[in-house]
Amino acid sequence: MADLALARVRPDRTVLLRWLRDYGVYAGVAALVLVNLALTPNFASLDTLRVQAVQVTPILIVALGMAVVIGTGGIDLSVGAVMAVAASMISLYLGYGPVAAVLAALLAGAVSGLVAGSLVAFVGVQPIVATLALMIGGRGLAEVMLPQLDTFRNPELRALGSGMFLGVPYVVLIAVALTLVVVFVVRRTTFGRQVLAIGGNPAASALAGLPVRRVLIGVYVLAGVLAAVAGVLATARLGASDPTRLGELMELNAITAVVIGGTALTGGRVRIAGTVAGAVLMQLLTATLIMHNLPQSWTQIASAVVIVLAVWVARERGRN
Amino acid sequence: MARTPVTAAAVDVSRGGAAPAGASGAERISALAQRHGALVVLVAVVLVTSLSFDTFFTGYNLNRLAVNAAFLAIVALGMTFVIITGGIDLSVGSVFALGGVLAAWASQYGTLPALLVPVAAAGAIGLANGLLVARTRLAPFIVTLASMLGARGLMLAVSGEGNETYLVPQGSAFLELAQGGLFGIGYPVYLTLALFGLGGLLLRRTGFGQSVYAVGGNEDAAALMGVRVARTKLTVYLMSGLLAGFAGALNAAYLGSGVTILGFAMELDAIAAVVIGGTLLTGGLGYVSGSLVGVLLLKVIQNVINLIGSLSSSYQQVVSGLFLIAVVVAQTYLSRRRRIG
Amino acid sequence: MTGPDAPLAPILETAGLTKRFPGVLALDEVAFSLRPGEAHALVGENGAGKSTLIKVLTGVYRPDAGSLLFQGAPLRPATPLDAQRAGISTIYQEVNLVPLMSVARNLYLGREPKNRLGLIDFGRMHAEAERTLREYGVSVDVRAPLRTLGLGAQQMVALARAVDVDARVVIMDEPTSSLEPREVETLFGVIGRLRERGIAIVYVSHRLDELYRVCDRVTVLRDGRVVHTGALAELPRLRLVALMLGREVEQVRREGLTRFSGERTASADEPVLVAEDLRVRHLVDGVTLRIRPGEIVGLGGLLGAGRTETAKAIAGALPLDGGRVSVAGVPLRRRSTAAAIRGGISLLPEDRKAEGIVPGLSVRDNIALAALPRLSRFGLVSERRVDRVVATFMERLRIKAAGPHQPVGELSGGNQQKVLLARWLALHPKVLLLDEPTRGVDVGAKAEVQRLIDELAADGLGVLLISSDLEELIEGSERVVVLKDGAVVGELVGEDVTEDALLAAIADAAGPDGTAPVPAAPGGEAGSG
Repeated sequence: MADLALARVRPDRTVLLRWLRDYGVYAGVAALVLVNLALTPNFASLDTLRVQAVQVTPILIVALGMAVVIGTGGIDLSVGAVMAVAASMISLYLGYGPVAAVLAALLAGAVSGLVAGSLVAFVGVQPIVATLALMIGGRGLAEVMLPQLDTFRNPELRALGSGMFLGVPYVVLIAVALTLVVVFVVRRTTFGRQVLAIGGNPAASALAGLPVRRVLIGVYVLAGVLAAVAGVLATARLGASDPTRLGELMELNAITAVVIGGTALTGGRVRIAGTVAGAVLMQLLTATLIMHNLPQSWTQIASAVVIVLAVWVARERGRN
Repeated sequence: MARTPVTAAAVDVSRGGAAPAGASGAERISALAQRHGALVVLVAVVLVTSLSFDTFFTGYNLNRLAVNAAFLAIVALGMTFVIITGGIDLSVGSVFALGGVLAAWASQYGTLPALLVPVAAAGAIGLANGLLVARTRLAPFIVTLASMLGARGLMLAVSGEGNETYLVPQGSAFLELAQGGLFGIGYPVYLTLALFGLGGLLLRRTGFGQSVYAVGGNEDAAALMGVRVARTKLTVYLMSGLLAGFAGALNAAYLGSGVTILGFAMELDAIAAVVIGGTLLTGGLGYVSGSLVGVLLLKVIQNVINLIGSLSSSYQQVVSGLFLIAVVVAQTYLSRRRRIG
Repeated sequence: MTGPDAPLAPILETAGLTKRFPGVLALDEVAFSLRPGEAHALVGENGAGKSTLIKVLTGVYRPDAGSLLFQGAPLRPATPLDAQRAGISTIYQEVNLVPLMSVARNLYLGREPKNRLGLIDFGRMHAEAERTLREYGVSVDVRAPLRTLGLGAQQMVALARAVDVDARVVIMDEPTSSLEPREVETLFGVIGRLRERGIAIVYVSHRLDELYRVCDRVTVLRDGRVVHTGALAELPRLRLVALMLGREVEQVRREGLTRFSGERTASADEPVLVAEDLRVRHLVDGVTLRIRPGEIVGLGGLLGAGRTETAKAIAGALPLDGGRVSVAGVPLRRRSTAAAIRGGISLLPEDRKAEGIVPGLSVRDNIALAALPRLSRFGLVSERRVDRVVATFMERLRIKAAGPHQPVGELSGGNQQKVLLARWLALHPKVLLLDEPTRGVDVGAKAEVQRLIDELAADGLGVLLISSDLEELIEGSERVVVLKDGAVVGELVGEDVTEDALLAAIADAAGPDGTAPVPAAPGGEAGSG
């Protein structure tokens, strides 16, 4: 979408597609920023920046986990449901103090990841199927635990959602820290290398003595915990647990951020920087439409189009 | 058998080393479990429920349950075709809602528009899904997730961002289509049965049905054998869209209005029903009748949860999720054993 | 009947067929002609252009130049389906049918018999399917899913379908590679009857015995060119091999076909690998192997004899139902690839693409993959140590790559194989299991790999060598253990390791009089109960 000018030059199609896949997301972000600078009043303000940064955090954090799962050639559709479960857990365990509540929420995320990972690694269920079942059951479970929206007054938790350090919201700091951690894990640890190898060729990885099952389970647990973190932060910011709506369509947004960021769904590759940019792009797109008072319906249709375009560009070149 | 003359034609190569004869018994049992497992569970649940609740096995309750199940069943019918080709259609919930809103809006112009407008719109979305999946070879789940979003956007756009609820005019023939009945059974039930009959015939007894199985079973081989893979895929997504839109319209007639929040997560129920009914999520094997049983099973469980009263309706989702995991795990084990055996 | 000299007009004829890929001339003005009713062997080493030629004939590739005449008229198939409709069918190694669908439906997919209402007439379809298949020696329940059949029967279904849709030319690409001996016999019988009906067969196989049994004529390809066409009976085996390899017969006689020195002497040390009574259900039946340091032990046998499975069982990649493995006297307790690797066993897998390389990762990451735990501390990779190991092996194995960061998928087959060897050598193994180490590797790299294996053994590694290349097996190993049906049926040592002896050992194992395997199998054969 940002590269109409380029398309007119008509270079070799595959070269253009590869360029789009690898850098299109940055060009897209830049273009959206420029458009907003030109058209949106008050866009170039610290407040706007802060609001956008805060709003992008849930997608970003979930997308980090999703990127690693996709790196193994898998997919996690349960992330939105896990966010809802995390919200319910917060509400249920807030009585024991905010720390216990947060830990309970993160534990729930880890358990969900453990179940998904075990289904994939030990039983051999396709990732999309295993996490689809968890997506259905998880949302129901969240609503069973907490049938309706529950507002809370716990000051610590509310501070987590809206407090700031040196003018930077806590949630943004946490997102940045988590991004750095995931980058480090992917780049520098044996676990990270093993993720890429398993995504690139699972049979070869098994024969090379890699702990394939352990790595797969680890990946889904990571995704589950990160989704729970996103759920906790979103709940803290809302000041309420909302098991019905929280995390709705999150799986789609997270997958989109990862794919727009240049990670192919076939696995063997993880691009965290691209994923961050992908999340920012989706957020900016929504924000732009909203700031110009375009209705929600437009936002959704526009996102759908961007997603299809992104996947189309990112797909591995076919048999031609 | 051991010393037949060595004219090649007499040598029986049917039992290669990879398929020992003893496996056929287990094979038959697992095939039976695959095909009729859901039916056995359904009968058991119905029996237990009838004995436990006086209000369950009454004509009134059963008809209400059947009519209620009809909408999901029609959606699941299309989903069955899609899943047998190895695909998935996550957009049906949104398309269902869109169909409902469009039908309610168009019903002011008469019954025919109330049916045609939603079906046309839903068909367009299904066609778009099919084109993207078949021609550009994008992953079905992501294409249909995107169109789920797109269809929802459309639905919001035609309903004033969800603030406007169109009502079907009283006395319209359109209302009668879903609310009326014959012999104490609602029209939607007859319609659903007819559609499933047609669907079953299409799947089992026509060349198109064979190509649906072939595409899901081994796409490359199917292409080599002359099956038009792209056209088959396009058709199943188109069918899925059309049926979802029609179900939405029918639902609007049943409720008398286009309710915008309906259809949410319906795709998940439809998938659950299809898989519980014995269709392999990996494609290549499946039954239309199984999907009907799967839908009934989900709806009976929902009915039970309502009858118990103290349980929130969200339990139904938990139960479907658990069912789905159990069925998928069982399918994986069964198909793995069969591959080795 | 149609002999090699029959003056029939060719049914299929190519002239000047040329196909280029980036950097390679895959087909160079190939002239190939096929007569009705003949069985024509198409041979050549890997990379000679066989598969490219087949793909051009069947519409997978389009030629850059040249003509293709089919039944006297020009043909330019755009897809395999086009070729098939014209009358050229291919039977692939892996059967290309739909395993979940019934046998009959596979046979009639796309051309199902219909009744008056336009619906499929299953009664007629099943009856006709049964009748057709009986001609091919297959009597099964045609309603059963195809996957319940053995591979041989599945292949017969594919063949029956091809012939049924009016194939005039059937191309068989390694059709016997996954068949049991008696299934091979059935296939040969069917080929004979197809020829009587005037159907021409293009037969591609590496098994020379089969070629001489089945085919009248042969076309030898090398480096994309036709180097010989003629009657097969007039071409001695050694000459055929020399043509394929591009060497003079005399030279082949003098130097042998491989680069093994053949000068090692078996050491008298204690075995470094002892595998006792290995059992894997249906696959391996009580195999015992001992390998001493510095020894290369060959594992012989036909395809499906359990060679790959034995190697995988030793390396912990197949679950054992019984048996023990110990390395240098230390038994392996846990059964996993990781445990075997820790114990000092490395397996170079047979299928390089599917089980070996990770194509998207760099040469560096591929080499370091298995050794990662040793090159890391607290789960963190030490880039310095990785660099050192990678540099060492890239140099020692002379891996030709743009650099350590080039993706392995872009390398040639030989260099990919060297990367895999480097991966395993980086682990400093005591035992190396090599499953087809030179398959799909060009001649130069093949010699280098063989020399390397020699050196490794000289350094004191115990090597288990599996190869379908008889010369490689004979000249490489000082001892050859012969398997059949997953069990050891013979062993050749030292001077006895000759082609004749090996063939005899395999033949003895296969049939009582050393000739072609007899299809009648004794009732209580292992693994089939």
